[in-house]
Amino acid sequence: MTIVEVQGLRKAYGGRPAVDGVGFAVEEGEIFGILGPNGAGKTTTVECVEGLRIPDAGTVRVAGLDPVADHEQVTRLLGAQLQESELQPKLTVREALELYASFYDHPADWRPLAERLGLEDRLTTRFAKLSGGQKQRLSIALALIGNPRIVVLDELTTGLDPRARRDTWQLIEEVRDSGVTVLLVTHFMEEAQRLCDRIAVIDKGRVAALDTPAGLIGRSAASTVISFTPSAPLDERELAALPQAASVETKDGRVVIHGTDETVTAVTSLLARLGITARRLRVSETTLDDAFLDLTEESAR
Amino acid sequence: MTTTTAPARTSASAAVLRTEARLFLREPGSLFWILLFPTLLMTILGLIPSFREASDDIGGRRVIDLYVPVAALLAMIMAGLQAMPPILTGYRERGILRRMSTTPVRPAALLSAQLVLHGAAAVASAVLALAVGRLAFDVPLPGQPAGYVLAMLLTAACALALGATVCAVSRTQKIATAVGSVIFFPSMFTAGVWLPVQVMPGTLQRIVEFTPLGAASQALDRAAAGSWPAWADLGVTALWTVLLTAAAVRWFRWE
Repeated sequence: MTIVEVQGLRKAYGGRPAVDGVGFAVEEGEIFGILGPNGAGKTTTVECVEGLRIPDAGTVRVAGLDPVADHEQVTRLLGAQLQESELQPKLTVREALELYASFYDHPADWRPLAERLGLEDRLTTRFAKLSGGQKQRLSIALALIGNPRIVVLDELTTGLDPRARRDTWQLIEEVRDSGVTVLLVTHFMEEAQRLCDRIAVIDKGRVAALDTPAGLIGRSAASTVISFTPSAPLDERELAALPQAASVETKDGRVVIHGTDETVTAVTSLLARLGITARRLRVSETTLDDAFLDLTEESAR
Repeated sequence: MTTTTAPARTSASAAVLRTEARLFLREPGSLFWILLFPTLLMTILGLIPSFREASDDIGGRRVIDLYVPVAALLAMIMAGLQAMPPILTGYRERGILRRMSTTPVRPAALLSAQLVLHGAAAVASAVLALAVGRLAFDVPLPGQPAGYVLAMLLTAACALALGATVCAVSRTQKIATAVGSVIFFPSMFTAGVWLPVQVMPGTLQRIVEFTPLGAASQALDRAAAGSWPAWADLGVTALWTVLLTAAAVRWFRWE
């Protein structure tokens, strides 16, 4: 079942389009990623979903409701963690949790929530005294305290150390497993690849691609990376002429070719024909990183 | 829907007010300047012997008699112009209002809580000045209590509206503090902190009577002396309140 639907969304600031015809549908129970470079229009898109901004054109529906016209009803279904949003500096963790719980008719019990987020020994700490990671976790707790059906997380692991980031990822998976739909805005490929069921790649205000992480990698023109150190020098031009080879680089005697499975076969037969052995031969899938650059470069052209 | 959510919203607004009250009590600076400083200043002036002697220049009253209402006005200025604007603009700047926009409670609840708290603190401070004036310096309690209360509430509303307008026109906390200070000194002057309005020379007095705090000062003085405040003075303060409130509502930005 579709729970968030965005169609033909447009929003301009001072005549400059930030979002220019974005559309996607989020299914209930999935982690849906919105991935894109800085300034691509990711945050504007989710702010329209949260009802914080009024779209210039297009429709946004959250569980069938209009986030602007039915704002109050939408706030009961949707929990939001905003980018760079703070709390009153002298408010303690416990006070924040109790206060936000009082905003909802059927809030989650804040104690187990605080425990789940590792905040149970910080309950009497004031917001200003929390570490970056603790502030983020409190933010997530406040997004979840109304027992939402959908939670929107914007750049949630920015500024976290790798350890805290991994813990947060696990938490998001747990949230999804408890039946909550997650709309995740990120510019970390690793995060998107690890967490998301599906990803919309947004670039320059448009959806450049929408697929599963594996699908995005496969769709990329050069989904396979072949690297080896040849036993004798090779003519780069000959390699570049191989079927589906997208790029060939030689650095410090090591050859790196971006291509497809077909390229792999061609490389091995070429080497066999020339009687050259490939030392330390590695064949790997490109990362989502490469696929992403590929997709966004494509739209740049 | 309306019937089930209405009580929840009331209790949420109460929770916001309770939380903001707690935070207010954690600001020793604001507490001192709003609650204690006006009475402290009045007490220091009251310790000057000549200020405790009746003077023919001010209709046989003493300078200290004039300073009890001045202390009340000073409390309103401290609350509305010094303490509140940086808090409200800070809430906007830190994204606290935005975060609240994503919940079923409107961020206006936060602003109302701040207005209520600063208004209450200013009124409490005015009451403290009255009590200390009465007990320490034998300043008679207002002869026209209802008029005094009316003038005081109107003045508090006006000072808060002035502070809210400062927040509305200031994009950042720093600008709000700066704008607040610029208005702060003229406000203190027109409230009669340096020279009570009642002893100002004629022309100056007539000009000051058109400022919100100058008019309020005259209204409070009349009520203190036992007569009903002049409708012209109450009218000037009320008009300022309405204009400033409209300006604040018109120009306030939630983000």
